Amino acid sequence: MSLLDVAAIKADFPIFDKKMRNDARLVYLDSGATSHKPQQVLDAERTFYTQHNAAVHRGSHLLAEEASAAYEGAREIVSHFIGADVDEIIFTKSATESLNLLAYSFSNTNRGVFALKPGDEILVSEMEHHANLIPWQQLAKRTGATLTWFGTTDEGRLDISKIDSLISTRTKIVAITHQSNVLGSINPIHMIAEKAHTVGALVVVDACQSAPHFALDVSTLDADFIAFSGHKMLGPTGIGVLWGRAALLAQMEPFLYGGSMIESVTMESATWAPAPRKFEAGVPNMAQAVGLGAAINYLQAIGMEKIHDHEVALTNYALSGLQTIKGLRIFGPLDTVDRGGVISFALDEIHPHDAGQVLDQYGIAVRTGHHCAWPLMRKFGVAGTTRASFYLYNDLSDIDVLIDGIAATQKYFKVS
Amino acid sequence: MELDSLYQEVILDHYKHPLHKGLSTEKTVQVHHVNPSCGDEITLNILLQDGVVSDVTWDGVGCSISQASVSMMSDLVHGKSLDEAFVIVDSFSELMSSKGSLQGDESLLEDAVALAGVSKFPARVKCALLGWMAFKDAAIQGRDGEKI
Repeated sequence: MSLLDVAAIKADFPIFDKKMRNDARLVYLDSGATSHKPQQVLDAERTFYTQHNAAVHRGSHLLAEEASAAYEGAREIVSHFIGADVDEIIFTKSATESLNLLAYSFSNTNRGVFALKPGDEILVSEMEHHANLIPWQQLAKRTGATLTWFGTTDEGRLDISKIDSLISTRTKIVAITHQSNVLGSINPIHMIAEKAHTVGALVVVDACQSAPHFALDVSTLDADFIAFSGHKMLGPTGIGVLWGRAALLAQMEPFLYGGSMIESVTMESATWAPAPRKFEAGVPNMAQAVGLGAAINYLQAIGMEKIHDHEVALTNYALSGLQTIKGLRIFGPLDTVDRGGVISFALDEIHPHDAGQVLDQYGIAVRTGHHCAWPLMRKFGVAGTTRASFYLYNDLSDIDVLIDGIAATQKYFKVS
Repeated sequence: MELDSLYQEVILDHYKHPLHKGLSTEKTVQVHHVNPSCGDEITLNILLQDGVVSDVTWDGVGCSISQASVSMMSDLVHGKSLDEAFVIVDSFSELMSSKGSLQGDESLLEDAVALAGVSKFPARVKCALLGWMAFKDAAIQGRDGEKI
């Protein structure tokens, strides 16, 4: 078991000074929804506004120059973080926007690999977050293509047993999550992508739950596009990333039109700037991009491998502890093989909202509900689950508090 | 504990032993409502006879607050005229939006005044209102249907 120096890390996060209900300390187990921000990220955003604020890529003054350098510097940090070329990094406002941008770019054209027609298939999975389901569902409706999906095994892993029939020459897009935000299971992207590429399909990976938690390298992942958000990886809200292969971005139609994304404009027509500018219409979320750059620097100074090892240790400890609780059912793998630090569970006779409410009395922040993965809830026959998710600022004592909190919840509702 | 103002004993009683749960075969209107933020769902049947709510039955999944609330509601409006039922629903809606400033009119709301504490927990108000809004929807549809 290899753990980080959590006390030192926590000292960088002002939110942990906050007192929760009943003067309890904050036991934050909801990083799967959003992470907290270290002082370094808050300072980076503030410094952008106090020292360099200007609209990027416009203006000839010092501030415009500095703002552009800071924004493009952030792009470079992101590109190094995932092993990509800098021009392959598109900043969006969120991972949701990244995925919608992509889905709309497909229906904005009728030529090349992006053109879809009736008979074509878009393959997703039953464990997708709504953000990587609905854009494809709607793209299928707009183009007449058919949506197909991988199921989930009872253990909570992707059911790849039917991959040979699911991926065929009809398959044009495979959009799949890297790690389930509910089950924690990490999907075999490389294997799926290899298969998808033999039929010429494009592979889109929702990396929202992976990019913050373990090292990710697009040069070996074999995906064609990945999307992730800044706020789940210590960065600000309002900044997301879409990575795409340069050759594909060059062919792809823009989704949003306006300033910044053009090469030349007349009253009748316009041509587009090369990627990534083509996909970044309007003044972007500059301070947020800079904040994301600072967040990645923070993560890398600790090391993504160490962060992953830490989370595996926490997950292991939590899985063991939770399994000792009578009347608690875990959704997702019970070991840490290909599994991240997200644990969903249900308590007999106690609805997740009620559990979350009692846990809140002890300063424990968990997510309750369907986790924007309603089809997965239906598959497991529950209205919702309670989810604990871990990050670099959690330690074993947080899990002890959770386990005690669950016992107190069962006592409160007179379930033993 | 602050929690006790939310989960009064009568709420937990209704949760464990809900009234009028299980859908009737005979109905004037059936509605299905969901709480999209948490996935809770309710199907509710009402039977109207000459402007009177002669039966309300329901089925659904949800937290203790939503289940207890619909249990109390269905018992309250049972046998009331539509006009009386709407007065009760409005009174409950007002209580839920009171942010803890109202106690609730016990003569009107009976057991449902126990839910007054919910109004101090903004994230839970929707839970408490789920069944009531389903009833109101069904009652309006039924009333308008009867007029035709």
